[in-house]
Amino acid sequence: MTAPAAQLASDVAGDVLALVRRRSADAEAEVDVRSGRLGLTRFANSFIHQNVAEDLGSVSLRLALDGRVASARLDGPSEPDRLERLVGQAFEAARVSPVDPEWPGVGGAAPAPNVDHWDEATASASAEDRARRVAEFVTAGGDLETAGALATQSITVAFATTAGQAVTGRTTIAEIDGIARTPTSDGVARQASVALADIDGQEAGERAARKAREAANPTEVEPGRYPVVLEPSCVANLLTFLQNHGFGGRVVEERRSFVRIGEPQLDASITIRQNIGHRLMVGLPFDAEGTPRQTLDVVRDGVPTAVLHDRRSASKAGVASTGNAVEGPNSFGFVAASTVLLPGDRAPSTLIEELERGILVSDFWYTRVLDPRTLVVTGLTRNGVWLVEDGRVVRPLRNLRFTQSYAEALAPGAVLGVGSDLALFPEGHDSAQLVPSLQLASWNFTGGAKG
Amino acid sequence: MDDLATAAVEAALAGGARYADARAIESRAEVIEARNGIVEAVDRTDRIGIGVRALIGSSWGFHAVPDASPAAARAAGAAAAAVARASAVVPGRPIELAPVEPVVATWSSPCQEDPWSVPLGEKAALLEGVTATMQQHGADVANASSHAWETRKWYVSSEGHRIEQHIRECGAAMSATALGEGETQRRSHPGIRGQYGTRGWELVRSLDLPGNAARIAAEARALLAAPACPSLEATDLILGSEQMALQIHESVGHAVELDRILGWEAAFAGTSWLDLAQMGSLRFGSELMQITADATLEGALGSFGFDDEGTPAHPVDIVRDGIWVGVLSGRDSAALAGIQSGGAVRADGYNRIPMVRMTNVGLLPGSDSLEAMIAATDDGILMDTNRSWSIDDRRLNFQFGCEIGWEVKAGKRGRMLRNPTYTGISPRFWGSMDMLGNRDEWTFWGTPNCGKGQPLQVGHTGHPAVPARFRGIRVGVRG
Repeated sequence: MTAPAAQLASDVAGDVLALVRRRSADAEAEVDVRSGRLGLTRFANSFIHQNVAEDLGSVSLRLALDGRVASARLDGPSEPDRLERLVGQAFEAARVSPVDPEWPGVGGAAPAPNVDHWDEATASASAEDRARRVAEFVTAGGDLETAGALATQSITVAFATTAGQAVTGRTTIAEIDGIARTPTSDGVARQASVALADIDGQEAGERAARKAREAANPTEVEPGRYPVVLEPSCVANLLTFLQNHGFGGRVVEERRSFVRIGEPQLDASITIRQNIGHRLMVGLPFDAEGTPRQTLDVVRDGVPTAVLHDRRSASKAGVASTGNAVEGPNSFGFVAASTVLLPGDRAPSTLIEELERGILVSDFWYTRVLDPRTLVVTGLTRNGVWLVEDGRVVRPLRNLRFTQSYAEALAPGAVLGVGSDLALFPEGHDSAQLVPSLQLASWNFTGGAKG
Repeated sequence: MDDLATAAVEAALAGGARYADARAIESRAEVIEARNGIVEAVDRTDRIGIGVRALIGSSWGFHAVPDASPAAARAAGAAAAAVARASAVVPGRPIELAPVEPVVATWSSPCQEDPWSVPLGEKAALLEGVTATMQQHGADVANASSHAWETRKWYVSSEGHRIEQHIRECGAAMSATALGEGETQRRSHPGIRGQYGTRGWELVRSLDLPGNAARIAAEARALLAAPACPSLEATDLILGSEQMALQIHESVGHAVELDRILGWEAAFAGTSWLDLAQMGSLRFGSELMQITADATLEGALGSFGFDDEGTPAHPVDIVRDGIWVGVLSGRDSAALAGIQSGGAVRADGYNRIPMVRMTNVGLLPGSDSLEAMIAATDDGILMDTNRSWSIDDRRLNFQFGCEIGWEVKAGKRGRMLRNPTYTGISPRFWGSMDMLGNRDEWTFWGTPNCGKGQPLQVGHTGHPAVPARFRGIRVGVRG
């Protein structure tokens, strides 16, 4: 990929490395240069109320002087005097930093996967382009009030190290996330893709409106354990907690994870794969340390098979980084990226039809972990929840609070069905998930709207 | 820099905006993180750029550039107007702005010891030392961090505002985690998020991290062997002031944001259970409940001289004698509600559009004390230091967990309890508050990580809080 933006970013990265070498031939350095654009059109009460755009530009430098490590970053023009100041700051900070005995060093030359999740029309999308699709959503909502956002973003990154790594990557992402509202309910629809042309505002608006009407006038259900069908948004949430608290190299090394590699801890229908090359994926082909994203199974047929590493945790474990470093200080020490929960063979409608008595959930909301080791999480349902009996949706329910171990929810025998659908949930440029619907044997609802 | 902001505003007006404002911002941030006796991150960020807001018809257009040149400023102004114009494809009722007197002013936050003058080595040694101490006293994982921010911003509006502000903020945090057979326990000091303010490094020194490192490590280890918080449908609950800050933030602060009440955040952050028609008459809590939003509190994290629309900082009554009386608002939302702007609009950088954010939303102190509450409680539970927080999208139904609890029996603090949680419905919960700590216990807690908006903005908010007692609360919800 030699687009002009990538070449420009590579040139800046080269300039920064040259400035580093001029000050010290022995310094280790990694440089990350980013440019791009973010456009986001928000609507509420059925009209566009905020419409924002931002030009992106940053240069990040991480420097190590005999194991003394410091980072400096600038947002703004990459003029020579600013780059000189950036390098000077990093040297100044590194010289007085304590030696980091676990510093893994910077990465050497390694080619990034040959993926280019890029769409030129999305990169150059205008506010009018976004507004037209919002208009489709709002119109499709009919007499219901609508709210949401449509975003387009593009990012180009050049990464280089003093050890010889030099890679560029880029991605575009377009997504719409909107609700339609009745006086007693909300219905949601989401779409995401590498290309804005794939976003169908009308289809999304119609789906949100249909779900809102189906969720109207909800009633109570007694809290307790119920079988559930979780729509993909809930599954993405489940996967995020599972990976963040379970599969990072650091949490495993520190024995804070429930994961035991090689043991059948999850249902045999669950396979979780890191795969930046998936045709529906978005994102960059390397991580914040320039390490190529490895394609690997994190869980295969219910058995944890790998943990995800940045260079630090990989070095401590004596293995290679899996390409999961995240930019800047991060308490988890890694980011789960390009994750696919492999789909099954059941249509989402079949998952409901196979439910004797249970609950169908659109979204989870405000989920927080109570204990990271047992992965007990509390949260609420949102944007539509329904009681299912004899394979049919019989009535909408008021939102419910749950307190549930996510690991137990996916334990052997607990997954009754995996949907054949696959929905994309991007998280910035560094992470995205492709997930299906799931039918689970038991979910612990601990309270209703009454508390 | 105010010339750049002026150029941006002029370009937006030339592009058709009937109102425009711009913020030219130069900022820097520093994060130092230590873990288990090792400094893992020394990270500094310099940012410079201009964000321009243009109002056309029913919509704001906003454009930001990471550039401080006159050409970039003019281009950003023109682009902001173009973005606003595009919104006419899906129009609404024209936005009006509540009147605010144009101001030409400067303001600086108080700072005794400039965080940037404290040697990096000294800061690193502090964090390295306390994490080592925690490990020596039983922590399996010991974390500590410090943050410092310095922001210079120049605000210009088409109505004549020209305001320069210089705000310095800093703070620190540490935590000790102990690993048991089946679970983990954690203790933090001084709170889960640490403590932050619009103050200098004197704030960090006042936290006495070294003096508390061994204590929290030992408490984390002791929690592993402590009995679990019992599951009770109703008991007396005493909350320490740090947990009260979280309780206020989540169940009061967000609920009284006028943009949420008006539905502007409906699809993402959510709405509010409050109905504007009931402002002035709705009972939010007991008569002890006095909540203000006051951006003038010296040193609190939500303090400033002027908000990002040029409205001077001023106190706003939110709940008076338990009755809901006010909201957090900006000029556009206030105009819709028919009230004066609350001066609560801020952005987390030059590249984000200003929106309604909490200032210092907190409880005014009462006349009791934590010890008096314990002495007056026959059978209850004391909880402190937030561990988990979850609340519905209308800010009504919540479940919060704390790091540590204690039995309270016959007026005395008893056994330590692990995994304490409580749940409730906001007005019912606040209505049960019958004792409130006094002015000596009044702490201005700082929350440096309040997320809201799209693209996400991370806000700095303050929460004055005291310990309080609540009656008949459900505790010990299990997974």
